[in-house]
Formats: sequence, structure tokens, C-alpha cells
Amino acid sequence: MRFNFMFGLFLVSIVVLAALLAGVLAPFDPIMDADLMSSELPPGAPHWMGTDAQGRDVLSRILYGARVSLLVGVVSQLINSTIGAALGISAGYFGGVWDDFVNGLTNVMLAIPSLVFALAIMAVLGPGLPSLLIALGLTNWSWTCRIARGSTLSLKSQSFVLAAKAAGFSDWNIMRTQILPNIVGPLLVIGTLGIGSAVLAEAALSFLGIGIRPPTPSWGNMLTDARELLRTAPWAAIFPGLAIFVTVLGFNLLGDGLRDMLDPHMRTRRA
Amino acid sequence: MNHGQRHDANPDPILSVRDLRVQIGRKGPQILHGVSLDILPGETYGLVGESGSGKSVTGLSIMGLLKRPLNVSTGTIHYQDQNLLKLGPRARRRLRGDLIAMIFQEPMTALNPVASIGTQIAEMFVIHRGMDWTTARQRAVEALDSVQVPSPEERARAYPHQLSGGMRQRVMIAIALACRPDLLIADEPTTALDVTVQAGVLKLIDELCRAEGTAVLLVSHDLGVIANMCQRVGVMDRGRLIEEQDTAALFANPLHPYTRGLLAARPRLGSRVEGGRKRLTELDEIVPQGARGHDSPTLVTPREVRARATGAPA
Repeated sequence: MRFNFMFGLFLVSIVVLAALLAGVLAPFDPIMDADLMSSELPPGAPHWMGTDAQGRDVLSRILYGARVSLLVGVVSQLINSTIGAALGISAGYFGGVWDDFVNGLTNVMLAIPSLVFALAIMAVLGPGLPSLLIALGLTNWSWTCRIARGSTLSLKSQSFVLAAKAAGFSDWNIMRTQILPNIVGPLLVIGTLGIGSAVLAEAALSFLGIGIRPPTPSWGNMLTDARELLRTAPWAAIFPGLAIFVTVLGFNLLGDGLRDMLDPHMRTRRA
Repeated sequence: MNHGQRHDANPDPILSVRDLRVQIGRKGPQILHGVSLDILPGETYGLVGESGSGKSVTGLSIMGLLKRPLNVSTGTIHYQDQNLLKLGPRARRRLRGDLIAMIFQEPMTALNPVASIGTQIAEMFVIHRGMDWTTARQRAVEALDSVQVPSPEERARAYPHQLSGGMRQRVMIAIALACRPDLLIADEPTTALDVTVQAGVLKLIDELCRAEGTAVLLVSHDLGVIANMCQRVGVMDRGRLIEEQDTAALFANPLHPYTRGLLAARPRLGSRVEGGRKRLTELDEIVPQGARGHDSPTLVTPREVRARATGAPA
């Protein structure tokens, strides 16, 4: 269990470092250093991951692409978590018609494949980073919402919530100070797992050509560019794919590890 | 009821409940059948009765914390000059914790497990007094000190699971009395505690409330506690206040057969008949036949009441 967490943390740290230090680590400029004379070079010095069809350094583009992927993953998941937590907690807390409405909405969201929904939003908003954040941030909150609602329902009947009411706390204060801090654990787990899927979704949307616009490097649009080179220069596709794989694996392991660590059943010792 | 027994030259009651009726849903069975009681400023009023007699429901009605489907159908609850039942939810919330506070039975679960003790007390000052957090935290430490928690500075940083049951109940008292309320509703405040700790906690409530002039509505089924703490006692049975007397008078001369039964049912030290054991008196034998159970359409079984009432036990 601990191994999962540590390994996930290790993979995620690599990606985070890559994103932070892209400017220092990248041997070439990801966009400007195009050189058709050195296109489709296999991995080797000085292009450690080879070059693509325009002769750009794949390693540099992956490093810069990590910035896009992480930014999209983290920010869109933050939006998702906020929406999901707000809807879930309020639905569980107030119950009644609002609960029915939120439940219905959640079910609708679960029924529509989120990537298709994100595609539709992107089609309306047009490609680009801001619309990507919005599209991914609005389409993946249903699980957060469900978890938040369920946890709230079980917390609501705890006597400290009643005691808080007796102490004159407003509903908003009770949700903020009594319920939210008690469900941060599960939300954190869902959020971490969500970052992984957001990274994947970003790659998919960019691959389809409606995510990050070239020439800005993103792992998704790198794959699009590399599609035609699969036979002649497979490295141009393999390395971005590997980057996606490592990132998603890292976040999933991190999320799983967090869940194991925060799960009360796994916590044998009481502090 | 013995309104004649009341001290007639008394000041106006701080809380006055009249003909309070609570029922389940709109047309469901009634749980309180017209309870009326007055609480005078600074007095300790005991409410006794067996489980499901409506003691807690009365307390929760005063707080405005009844949970659906329980609701007050008729009656008035006057606090000073305002009818609480006519107040909007916002105005009522401002009263709660500030002027009317409540302590619950389970000290184990009545504190938020993820916030430190100091924070939870300080929140009261922030919410009701609009203090900034720095001042509020200092006041929280003082409040902990006043409920005789040792090394309050340190304890303020502790979390509920690090404290014993008695300590937690002291913290609950600190929270309840933080804003110096006029009335404290204590719903079986010591039932979940060790007997040795009970006495200390009760003494604390008594001393603090006496010092501040806080009136107490003490809900309990422990007659010993009631005898020690209260000036007046009301006895409840199945949703009715069936007897109300000064404590001494009640214990000396219970009027209602149910009260006599309740008094007789309490186990007494050294109450052995020579040569053998005496059976404990059961309440069932004393209550007139046909008065208990499901036979009356307006009555609900205690089990039902408990199941439908709020988290606090009926």
C-alpha cells in the first residue's frame, strides 16, 4: 500500500519537476528550433528522444508539454472538485427537492460520456487553453458530487452537527466548518484520480485537434503530429505516449495510496 | 398541575411554554399533548420522565431543532417577550447558542472530530460576537480555564479524540456557556459519563450557572441528579407534564401515581429486606392498567418517538 503511494508520488514528482524546470532542462526551444534538415532524427545526441517531422526536439516538447498537461489536469480538476463538493454537500445537507435535482443532474452527467460532452463544449467555445479548462472542468464532477453527498448524509446525523445547530451556526457555517473538513479525505482521493483522467482527456481533445492549438506543444497534439510518422519515426509518438502513461499512472497510484492511507479501516492506530 | 405551589411573588419567567403540542407530520400521532411550563431567571428546572416521555422533544422544541417529520402544531414558547415559534429562522438562529444554549448527552460525538477544541470554542465568539480569531482564541482559552480544564493553553490545541469523556463534556459546557446565555438546556448531560465524573460535571454546571445567573432546564431520568440540582421539578409521562412541584415537596409528597411509581422504581442503597433480596419495583405495575401501550390512538410508543425524533435520544 505504502509502495503504491510512494511510487505514485515519485512519478508525479518527476512530471511536476519536468514542468517546473522545462525552461532549464529542455535542450532546445520547443517551437522555434524547427529545422527541416534534421527532421525525423532517431534518438541520440543531441536529440535524446529524436526529432519530429519539423525537426523539433521531442524531449523539449515533452518537457514543455508537461506544463500544459499539469495545468489543465490540476485546474480543471479543481473546478470539478469545487462544483462537485458544493453540489454534493448542499444536496446531502438540505435534501428534498434540491437533492432530487442534483441527483438527476449527476445521473445525466454520468450517462453522457464526459469526453463527448467536453467535445461539445469545445466545439462551442473553440480551441485554446481557457476553453479547454472550462470544458474539462464542467464535465467530470459527478463522482465528486456523489461521494460528497453520500458522506454528507452520514455526517448530517452525527450529533456534532446537531450541536453546531444548537450553538447557532448557520447552514452555510455548518457545511463549511463541520461537514467539509470531515470529507476532505475522500474528496482529495477522487481529486487526485481526477487529475489523471483530466490529463488523459486533454491529450484526447488535443489529439482530435480541438484542444491545445499547435504549435504550442501538448502531449495530445504531439501524438496527432506523430500519427503519420508511426512507421518512419515511431519515437515521435512513443515518447509523448509514455509521458501520458507515466503521468496518469502516477496520479492513479497516488490517489489509490491516499485512499488507503485515509481509509479509516486501514488506520489501525488511533492518534 | 400545581400552579398554586409556585412562588407567587416571582419575577417574570424567562421562558414560558404554553400548551405546546408536537406531532409527527400533519396528521400523524401527537408526541407532546399540550405541555406548559415556566422557567424563572436563574433557576434550575428539572424535567424527569422515562425514555420517550417527551423530555428531549420539549427541549428540542424550545431550541427549534425538531427534525422533520416532527413539528410543533400549536402552542407558544415565549422567551422574554417574543414568541419563539413566530420568529423567522434567522432570528431564531441568532438566539441559539447566544441566549439559549444546549448541551447534549453524548460528549463522544458532539464535538467536531477534525477541529481543535480551541477553534470550536472560539467559533462561538466569532459567530455570535463578531470577534476576530486572535481575540476569540484567547477567550476560548479563558473559557477552558473556567470549566476547570487543566493547562487550558495546551488543551485548546488538542482534538476531541485526545480528551476523555468528562473533559469533552467540560468542553461542551464551555461552548454552551461561551456567550453567557440566559437559559441552558442540558439534555441528560451526564448520562454517558462515569459516575465519578458525573458529580464533577454537574457541580460545574451548577456553579457556573449560579455565578452567571443562567437558568437551566435539566432533562434527566436520574432522580438523584434532579434532587441535587433543581429547585423545581416537572414530571413527564407520554407527552404530558403530569406534575410540577418544588423539588423537596415532590420527593416528600408525590401527587401523581406515576410520580410515586417513578420514585419507587429508583434503586436504593441498603434497601434489603431482612434475610433476602427485595425485587426492584417496576414501573409497569404502578401505572394504571390501560394507560400504557398502544391502546390510545393519540399515543405513540416510546420506541416510535425515539426512532423519529432527532439524533438526541427521546
